Amino acid sequence: MRMAELYPFGETIDIGSLTFTAEDIVRFARDFDPQPFHLDEALARKALFGALCASGWHTSAGWMKCFVPFWMGECRRLAAKGIAPPKLGPSPGFTKLSWLKPVFAGDTITYSVTLTGSRALASRSDRLINTFDNAGRNQNGEPVVRFESTVLEFV
Amino acid sequence: MPGESRTFEDFPPGRRFEFAKRTMSAEEITAFAAEFDPQPMHMDEAAGRASILGGLAASGWHTSAVMMRMLFEAYIDGSTSEGSPGVDLMEWRRPVLAGDTLGGHCEVLDARVSRSRPQIGIVRMRAEVTNQRGELVAVCEYINMMRLAAKGADHAHG
Repeated sequence: MRMAELYPFGETIDIGSLTFTAEDIVRFARDFDPQPFHLDEALARKALFGALCASGWHTSAGWMKCFVPFWMGECRRLAAKGIAPPKLGPSPGFTKLSWLKPVFAGDTITYSVTLTGSRALASRSDRLINTFDNAGRNQNGEPVVRFESTVLEFV
Repeated sequence: MPGESRTFEDFPPGRRFEFAKRTMSAEEITAFAAEFDPQPMHMDEAAGRASILGGLAASGWHTSAVMMRMLFEAYIDGSTSEGSPGVDLMEWRRPVLAGDTLGGHCEVLDARVSRSRPQIGIVRMRAEVTNQRGELVAVCEYINMMRLAAKGADHAHG
């Protein structure tokens, strides 16, 4: 079945949570984003963010880390009910990504996905483009990240 | 902070910074995927070849993170960067496959001083990541906050 036949537009689904330890934050930052406020608590206190916080790219990749097992679970759940799961393809990217609040060491982020649209690809009748609103909130319920993504679906 | 040479004033529209070349190994592609995006085409050569991506392909999030490192090396290191509030767009135009050598550049689109924080400048940038054939593999337009030079607040931050 198609994504849009299974998931109502506008309905938000939580896909999982991830706790950002200081060790994880520093490890990701050393590889990809070694700015002082992602590496060192004392240096971070002097910066705008005010404390050691995750690279925004780490916060964003955390959404994917939760989405993949969520989607594998959905595929198993649908298959068990005799429903052919939607065949999702790669994503061409995202827009309007906002890092709304820093993710500090020890924060637990709960991520979500909301299907917002689905349309046929003009050039290929066997492909759909789905649009999603994606988000993450911390343990206090404060939004920390939001972005809009597109994902290919084969039909 | 010591060693900081680039401030907001060094980012006029049109200023361009080149990326150092970087080759993506199969090991780093699968290591990133194992942690953040364990889909078969990011984890396994045969699965990648069988997919629309045509080979063991980096997760788009990995390509984005590598772009971040290229930005760091190109201009953020030694600057007064205070991070970013977000990204207007990130386009994964072509697959990044194991063995590809990435390069490219970024350029200042516009720059203004923050109204709410007069010691901070808002610099909007466009980054273009290319492969060894000169093909565009990723485009990103994003904001970088940069402290202004020679303000009292700057000295207070030491």
